[in-house]
Amino acid sequence: MANVISDETMEYVGILAKLELSDEEREAAKKDMESMLDYIDKLNELDTSGIEPMSHVFPVNNVFREDVVENGDGGEDTLANAPERRDRTFVVPKTVDQ
Amino acid sequence: MGKQYETVIGLEVHVELATKTKIFCSCSTAFGSAPNTHTCPVCTGMPGSLPVLNRQVVEYAMAVGLAMNCQINQYSKFDRKNYFYPDNPQNYQISQLYLPICHDGGIEIETENGKKVIGIHEIHMEEDAGKLVHDDWEDVSLVDYNRSGVPLIEIVSEPDMRSAEEVIAYLDKLRMIVQYLGASDCKMQEGSMRADVNLSVREVGAKEFGTRTEMKNIGSFKAIARAIEAETARQIDLLESGEQVVQETRRWNDDQGYSYAMRSKEDAQDYRYFPEPDLVPIVIEDAWIERLRASQPELRDAKRARYVAEYGLPEYDAEILTSAKKLADVFEETTGLCGNPKKVSNWLMVETMRLLKEHEMDPEDLHFSPANLAKLIRLTDEGTINSSVAKEVFELVFAEDIDPDRYVEEKGLKSVSDEGELRAIVERVLADNPQSVEDYHNGKEKAIGFLVGQAMKATKGKANPGMVNQLLKELL
Repeated sequence: MANVISDETMEYVGILAKLELSDEEREAAKKDMESMLDYIDKLNELDTSGIEPMSHVFPVNNVFREDVVENGDGGEDTLANAPERRDRTFVVPKTVDQ
Repeated sequence: MGKQYETVIGLEVHVELATKTKIFCSCSTAFGSAPNTHTCPVCTGMPGSLPVLNRQVVEYAMAVGLAMNCQINQYSKFDRKNYFYPDNPQNYQISQLYLPICHDGGIEIETENGKKVIGIHEIHMEEDAGKLVHDDWEDVSLVDYNRSGVPLIEIVSEPDMRSAEEVIAYLDKLRMIVQYLGASDCKMQEGSMRADVNLSVREVGAKEFGTRTEMKNIGSFKAIARAIEAETARQIDLLESGEQVVQETRRWNDDQGYSYAMRSKEDAQDYRYFPEPDLVPIVIEDAWIERLRASQPELRDAKRARYVAEYGLPEYDAEILTSAKKLADVFEETTGLCGNPKKVSNWLMVETMRLLKEHEMDPEDLHFSPANLAKLIRLTDEGTINSSVAKEVFELVFAEDIDPDRYVEEKGLKSVSDEGELRAIVERVLADNPQSVEDYHNGKEKAIGFLVGQAMKATKGKANPGMVNQLLKELL
């Protein structure tokens, strides 16, 4: 294992992903990430000079829809999973503090 | 003390495009519906749903880019911007970071200091987020995803502006271009145009930029001007007192006239962009660009020049008439029907503007048909109605789009131009007002005005005032 992930990095990634990990989970995730980075290092051994970065795995471009309304009122379906709702809205913890 | 500072400003302007459907699904973009009506698995980020790009979004973005003298990226793609916030149910926004659709353009603005080109760094396509309403009473926020997935273009300028005046001129120009293209109505009060202001100050002559702050989503041109003045003063104060400007996002409170740092969004601004795997790249062939270029409508500057050259209108008229696309459309259609550009211009610039102001409406809200204004102009040209009746009739055209021909006929408003009839009326007015007649003969020219007024009154305002004048002079 060439790559070593620091505890600080683990904490930062946890914040970004909004995950709270137990010590065991954190160690397991750290090992997974280290082996992923090792794999990337392996790929980096390839000489890719002069090769355009790939944007997509399929050799397909320009998939469009026409600008026509087809969907009706999807409100009830959308709200079906709401942990808490008020009338037609989702209720969430307040987002702005001043 | 005594140092001279200059303000350096760049803008990020978000414009909601006037498509019928959202950018990646066929939900309606209609404004003002009940919360969450226009939602589906795609625009609420349900696992397994697949976004498909609305072709019209690409066309509008390219049209705006061409009108702003941009290069079109003929190979363009979308990227994922990751962040957690309840207005964004996918936990990422689909945007363009690496290969935005347009780049390297510029538009010319004009201020009291002359003309200047403001560079356009790039224009990219992205999706809007939902709307949060904060309930202060219960300490919760309510979320409506109708706006989630509404198409936006973000127009990013170069840091080329140096004053609030230049910023307003730039925004005005930008709005006019987008409105003329029909790409958006650009209504700031409905949020279809929003500006983020990036601002720093530096000593005059300095080569490096100072540290900038960003003020987000300011709601009107006036508020933007005030925010710029206040933020400039705040940063200069910091530098003068030996402190440093902190790079941060600030929220402008226009009622209180100050800005404060926004802290509640997560501290880490790490969006971990990566290529959007659910969407394939966009390849734009030359033919597509050329087709769009050929079908670009006439923009404001060209229209203004043409009104002066083709219709012989004064610069001032051309300026006002082209200040809103709707006004210019009504002008051209009406002129096409009645062939009298100066008269059409007068009706639009005087009476229409007065009524718009009185009803607190925008020119975009005009809904009378040019055919009815053309009819009204013909009725006055032919002398069928006099000007005061015409003004009354116009108020009804403006409000209810009535047919002036029929209305004048039905209400018996045709002006009295029959000489025999008018002569009898004038004779009676003279007989009834001996004092005024005497005043007139004693050299009080003004008395004739009173007598004209009496004759108009006797015909309920329908007399041809020119003929009344002539008859009075003859009979006095």
